[in-house]
Amino acid sequence: MELLRKLIALIFISCLIVACSRDNHKEVVPVEQTGETQPAYGDILVDSSIGDASNLIPMLASDSASHEVAGFVYNGLVKYDKDYNIVPDLAQSWDIENDGKLLRFHLRKNVTWHDGEKFDAHDVMFTYKTIIDPKTPTAYAGKYKLVKQARLIDDYTIEFTYDKPLAPALISWGSLQMLPEHLLQGKDITTSALTRMPVGTGPFKFKSWKTGANIVLETNENYFDGKPYILGINYRIIPDQNTQFMELKAGNIDIMGLSPLQYLRQTDQPGFQKMYARYKYLADGYTYLGFNLKRSPFDNYRIRQAMAYAIDKEEIIKGVLLGLGEEATGPYKPGTPWYNPGVARYPYDPQKALSILKEFGYDDHDGDGIVDKNGKPFSFSIITNQGNPLREKTAQIIQQRLKIVGIEVKIRIIEWTVFLKEYVDRGNFDAVILGWNILQDPDLYNVWHSSNAVKGGLNFVGYKDPEVDDLLEKGRHTFDFDQRRKCYFRIQEIMADQQPYVFLYVPYSLPVVSARFKGIKPAPAGITYNLEKWYVPLHLQKYQLIP
Amino acid sequence: MLKYLLKRIGLLVPTFIGITIVCFAVIHLAPGEPTDMQTELNPNITPEAIEQLKHHYGLDKPLTVQYFVWMKNLAKLDFGRSISSDARPVWEKIKERMPITIYINISSMIIIFIVAIPLGVISAVRRGSITDRSITVFVFIGFSIPGFWLALICMDFLGVRLGLLPISGIHSPGYEQMNFLARVWDITRHLTLPVVISAFGALAGLSRYMRSSMLEIIRQDYILTARAKGLSERTVIYKHAMRNALLPVITILGLSIPGLIGGSVIFESIFSIPGLGKLFYDGIMMRDYNLIMGSLTIGAVLTLLGNLIADIAYSMADPRIRAS
Repeated sequence: MELLRKLIALIFISCLIVACSRDNHKEVVPVEQTGETQPAYGDILVDSSIGDASNLIPMLASDSASHEVAGFVYNGLVKYDKDYNIVPDLAQSWDIENDGKLLRFHLRKNVTWHDGEKFDAHDVMFTYKTIIDPKTPTAYAGKYKLVKQARLIDDYTIEFTYDKPLAPALISWGSLQMLPEHLLQGKDITTSALTRMPVGTGPFKFKSWKTGANIVLETNENYFDGKPYILGINYRIIPDQNTQFMELKAGNIDIMGLSPLQYLRQTDQPGFQKMYARYKYLADGYTYLGFNLKRSPFDNYRIRQAMAYAIDKEEIIKGVLLGLGEEATGPYKPGTPWYNPGVARYPYDPQKALSILKEFGYDDHDGDGIVDKNGKPFSFSIITNQGNPLREKTAQIIQQRLKIVGIEVKIRIIEWTVFLKEYVDRGNFDAVILGWNILQDPDLYNVWHSSNAVKGGLNFVGYKDPEVDDLLEKGRHTFDFDQRRKCYFRIQEIMADQQPYVFLYVPYSLPVVSARFKGIKPAPAGITYNLEKWYVPLHLQKYQLIP
Repeated sequence: MLKYLLKRIGLLVPTFIGITIVCFAVIHLAPGEPTDMQTELNPNITPEAIEQLKHHYGLDKPLTVQYFVWMKNLAKLDFGRSISSDARPVWEKIKERMPITIYINISSMIIIFIVAIPLGVISAVRRGSITDRSITVFVFIGFSIPGFWLALICMDFLGVRLGLLPISGIHSPGYEQMNFLARVWDITRHLTLPVVISAFGALAGLSRYMRSSMLEIIRQDYILTARAKGLSERTVIYKHAMRNALLPVITILGLSIPGLIGGSVIFESIFSIPGLGKLFYDGIMMRDYNLIMGSLTIGAVLTLLGNLIADIAYSMADPRIRAS
């Protein structure tokens, strides 16, 4: 008994010792208090991500973590600025000739790869040839395969010719991150060392990657656009959002995206707001209720309008996003040049919904609370994917609202891959709740053109409208901004009228950044577009990069 | 004995092949393919690109051919490459996550045994007393509290409010610069919460098992004899009774060998520990066939080995098993 007691006491004490030792390995280095807030070099940004990167050659990866990290390491030929204008990146200028069929890029001459080699047009040619190579397992080759001819003019000039003018072509050379020919030439790209140790031209150089734990990037002293102020980025992988938030509260990470609940209820104390600056802007994505237009009665646009009237979007935004979102009226983000503010809207109006339903013969003939037609009750199911509580809640709110006008809704939540393969791809559904990203280029050909209303196509709702088809084709091949905008404005009008989707909401992005980082300028493109210009005044610097 | 052993080992081979066939069939029955992550709902994809990706991973071949290719590679001890965008060898991915997973599992198992066995013995010896009831309540609290909830509460209290323990991860920044002792200390601090909390949940099972086993032994005649000899109660309990009561518990230890490489997805996610549980879970979600098959194969081999060892141990301990 004595022994046992000692043993238990020992375990207890050793637990206490472990628990009570304070963290004495912090990398914090005391810095002189000077009180100056001038841009200064130094400090590290500790970023956080839900998922680990998979492959740091961007064309081989399809996850956002890989693209985010690779985005700091590589450059494209062009890029978007803070207002989504296309500006030079590795190309210092370009010519668009022959009605937009020819793109000629003039490259910067002062760019070097992180290993010191010179960057030139051969690298561009190599990257282009790699992405269209059938042996490269990439999902992004589509737009580059439309290039009819690629021609090197000299070491710093390259031109691409297309069969037809293609408006999204220019920015496609921004999303293609340039790869170093001298390291990849003649090698199998999928097993190359660069998949885990990238060498690019970007503002940050790759330093280390511990799988599932963190990725460290350090500043590129020779960055052509000026050396970044911060010394590096420690990209920590924390798969659980609650854990991320606790690390944030403990001051161990500097930047993360908040959920609406965290933004409103858990970060409004003065103590937190002294440590972190919160930002709020519309995210690049919208959530929608999409109907299977091949099934009756969803093939009738008036019935779809009735449902739009019966759904209270305001209520969904309040219930699901706690008010931190805006009503969506079409596939573009409110406030951007492509967004048409003048389209038909569907304010919550159950009476109107009922009268439209009645007009088409739907009425509660048998008095069971559900409208029916020819003895068949109006009942359908909404499906959405598992693991997205926002969509699940949205479905429940819609279910309640449609019940009021006598439409019975069943909800099914299905695991992602099964959801896509068995239901969405096969058109085996009545209605889905899903979301799309809003890309900066307005081209929506793949989602709405009737040629994509095939099995496995993105137009899985089966939307076919000859006028929209024409406009999508025209918009794609028009370079003139105003004319292009006219196409997409008209498309939004037609869609608002026909309601193939009930466009529900665009949520806000709610990032927080440690208050010691200065130089952050929120813009339509978010906040991280100028990360290399962020700085920490000397007296606020917290970390040192250990070589 | 040798004949028995050979027979047992001989049976392992068809069992193993059977397991792989069933696993292979089941994971291919699940809807979806590894390439879906890249191709589904991707506005930039073309049908040719989908075919090209499938061809690249050999997914366009018939299932039987795919199975034989996999089996042929396995014969060369090659699990193939992961069918995800990183395309790394499966063995490399499993290998880099194995040490931390085994470390956590072994430490929590040690804690479970060190704590649960004495608890079970005390409960049995003082059956029906306040101590027994308190222990019962304590272990069942551990059993019924959701682990992730307790983990979050502890992280918030010990990590955020008091700042005593690191919140997540397995290393502090600057780990590379530490000497050996500091490294051990750093890892220990990081793993205290995950190990203690996962052990807390598992106390109930083993301590109950120990308690009932002990209760049975105390009623035996030889315990009565020991007491009649005038031995002290301590010697009776710890020398005569406990040794016998431990035997079935040791069997449990043997059977938990395959569990050593299993990780908990929930704990690994909450504490951001790069372990095998999360790797396997993500592999399933992404339909990474080679990775799933690799993990299952290792699990199958360990289970078969565990069974074999248990069988041999039994047969050595009990001549009746050998004879039949």
